[in-house]
Amino acid sequence: MSMVPTLLSVEGLTKSYGGVHAVRGVSFELRAGEILALIGPNGAGKSTCFDMLNGQNIPDSGRIRVLGADTTGKKPRVIWRMGVGRTFQIAATFPTMTVRENVQVALVSHGGQLFNLWASTARQARDEAGRLLDLVGMGAYAERPCGELAYGDVKRLELAIALANQPKLLLMDEPTAGMAPRERVELMRLTARIAREQSIGVLFTEHDMDVVFEHADRILVLNRGTLIAEGSPKEVRGNAQVRAIYLGEGLLYDARHREGAPA
Amino acid sequence: MAFYVVQFLTGLASAASLFLVASGLSIIFGVTRIVNFAHGAFYMLGAYVAFTLTERFSGAFGFWGGIVIAALVVAAIGVLVEMVLLRRIYHSPELFQLLATFGLTLMVEDLVVLIWGPDDLVGRRAPGFKGAIDFFGQNIPSYDLFLIVLGPVVLGVLWLLFQRTRWGVLVRAATQDRDMVAALGVNQKWLFTSVFALGVFLAALGGALQIPRDAVNHAMDLRVIVEVFVVVVIGGLGSIIGAFVAAVLVSELNAFGILIFPKISIILVFLVMAVVLIVRPWGLFGKPEAPARRTPGLTVNPWRPLTMNERLAAIAALVVAAALPFVAGNYVLTVGSEIAIFVIFAVSLHFLMSVGGLASFGHAAYFGLGAYGVALLAKMAGLPMIACLLLGPLLGLVGAAVFGFFAVQLSGVYFAMLTLAFAQIVWSIAFQWVSVTGGDNGILGVWPEKWAASPSHFYWLSLGIAALAVAILRIIVFSPFGFALRATRDSPLRSEAVGINGKRIQWTAFVIAGTVAGLAGALFAYLKGSVFPDNMGISLSVDALVMVLLGGVETVSGAVVGAIVYKALNIWLVSQTDLSKLVLGGFVVLIVVAFPKGIVGTLEALMHRRRKSSSAASPLLTSRIETAE
Repeated sequence: MSMVPTLLSVEGLTKSYGGVHAVRGVSFELRAGEILALIGPNGAGKSTCFDMLNGQNIPDSGRIRVLGADTTGKKPRVIWRMGVGRTFQIAATFPTMTVRENVQVALVSHGGQLFNLWASTARQARDEAGRLLDLVGMGAYAERPCGELAYGDVKRLELAIALANQPKLLLMDEPTAGMAPRERVELMRLTARIAREQSIGVLFTEHDMDVVFEHADRILVLNRGTLIAEGSPKEVRGNAQVRAIYLGEGLLYDARHREGAPA
Repeated sequence: MAFYVVQFLTGLASAASLFLVASGLSIIFGVTRIVNFAHGAFYMLGAYVAFTLTERFSGAFGFWGGIVIAALVVAAIGVLVEMVLLRRIYHSPELFQLLATFGLTLMVEDLVVLIWGPDDLVGRRAPGFKGAIDFFGQNIPSYDLFLIVLGPVVLGVLWLLFQRTRWGVLVRAATQDRDMVAALGVNQKWLFTSVFALGVFLAALGGALQIPRDAVNHAMDLRVIVEVFVVVVIGGLGSIIGAFVAAVLVSELNAFGILIFPKISIILVFLVMAVVLIVRPWGLFGKPEAPARRTPGLTVNPWRPLTMNERLAAIAALVVAAALPFVAGNYVLTVGSEIAIFVIFAVSLHFLMSVGGLASFGHAAYFGLGAYGVALLAKMAGLPMIACLLLGPLLGLVGAAVFGFFAVQLSGVYFAMLTLAFAQIVWSIAFQWVSVTGGDNGILGVWPEKWAASPSHFYWLSLGIAALAVAILRIIVFSPFGFALRATRDSPLRSEAVGINGKRIQWTAFVIAGTVAGLAGALFAYLKGSVFPDNMGISLSVDALVMVLLGGVETVSGAVVGAIVYKALNIWLVSQTDLSKLVLGGFVVLIVVAFPKGIVGTLEALMHRRRKSSSAASPLLTSRIETAE
């Protein structure tokens, strides 16, 4: 393990709103090629934690480092330029452009061409956009208007956009929210495959325990702003504290078990 | 000392009326999310109706009764407007709502002149408050004291209404989440109507109460609406306390500003507003707004550069236009030049609005700055025409760079109101700084040089520059910058997450649009041979908005068609009827309600539908597009 570089290191991340401690002293690390799930009941501080990692929220204290560089309190666009791609809980794309143009915008930005007033965008990074779309299985839809896509396809397009800057780290906020069960499995398998092939670290939050236990290498469990457990899916599933606090009295589901997951 | 106290009290008295109108606007916005541009028109109607009633009925009862009845009559007109017009556009984008209510304002302006005549009307004094009270040698009109007391009383009554009545609770609930209130079974239609009626009643009452202080005239609507926008922006849209505090602040700034900076008293207020907006973009007492709604008729067809055939057609149209001097006389050519200039102006705003998603309500400021730039260079520095045409627009660029920096920090209605306020600052500088700008008299004698002086030559010059401007802006639309700008408009969240600095992109777009507008203004100065403060007035800004809307806000360059049709229609109307504002206003309302896609947008949709049905696209896809439209 020690040969694999640390992609993301988080130390003592803390944020409170008024008297409420949303996140208290959260520390963890993420290594290249690793898929890490951040779970917890509603109000556990997952979203606050996530927003601080991607720059939408500034922590009261604590340090966030991406590949050794401090990103604490930096703007999302700056963090993106440091090699962090991200997807949103509700997919954010550019609905008035074609699927290909959506990816081209990200590629143009990555290439530092944003203030080019003269060139034709149609010719910019066309093939590379096509390659990324093929990667997520959207190649056939390249010339479709983005506003016409089914939601599952929008999610895959968003993944292609997130990969445009060749990220080292992917932050995915509830990647399968709002998708049909079959699409969920497909999207996560796709993500996992890309992450392994390109040795990208993935941090995701998720409510669907099937997705978590099937795809995560490691799981962080957050409750009332603090980390209460950390370990492999097997360890977390067996953790009595997690059972008691997070999952109430219900049984923890097996990864093969496909019926409704506790939220 | 006594003098300052009296000045302070005068300020407080002015605040009362302003508060009434602003609180009405705020209440309406809170529930319906409509920024009612026609609020000034209702204020003015209140004053006119009250004038008539108080003249007809004598005595104290006649006066006070007349004022209240006037407000009630205007509120009834408001209810009619809400039911007939606003109910159709509650789900339209904010821009359309602002424009529809502006169209209404135009109509009311002409109707008022038609009914009451163009002259100022001086109303009678309020019975019981005719005299003045001596305060250490200074006079305070006793009516002012009445108004000073009235302001807080109205605030208290409104507070009781909203805290202690069932209706008030519903209104507060709807202000927070109107969909939830509707889901709970409240009849939203009538809630909206009653709220609108109350808001209009307050505006009309504010107008009616002004008649003992000020002459009633047909320009008072725009004057008050600009002040009211400033008040609600400072206080926070939707907050009544905010409206009160800001009304007092603005009135006092006006009262003392005149003492300190007699020449730039208006600017002081706008400076305070700019500072508030930068520190607290949602106003002192307002709450941050949820992200703006998406346009319902969201473009499903992504924009494309012109095909070869379309390009040839455009060039052919240009050639035909260029042949005009061989068949037409001087008058037609002058009109043609003016239309070409307005094409430049309209496409510059279209670029900002359609590509950037930033609906500026003060775009005339940069047009006017370009015009003044040319006039000052030509008259004071005596530069040759070519140099003036190149350097004049730079004044528009500078203005856009300064104001744009602040404006792009905001979005939606706040952006619209801030750009409007900036335009008013520029206008008031041109109006008040007489030693440089000539004030109301403008700068005369800005004539083109010999090579461009004949109508045909000037027409060719204008046409050439217009063609160049349209082409360059189209290139920018399809450049990486244009895509970054559209990306920022489509999804600020996603564009930030792919490394786009949206504010800087929008600022650059604002500067580009301002410079091109400045170029149009520069040509306009030479066309007319003079510049006036009206070259940067509100009505010019709105003309540009209507041109963009008429052409189609979701098209790449619909503004070209919009400008040609609108300007030609406008020039023709002015020559045909005295009621051009009435017709124009009705026209604006009609477009918003019936043809929100504009001329070019409607044509594109028709062509798209035909292409779809002929190419046998999947039926599912077609139906999805239609529901999206």
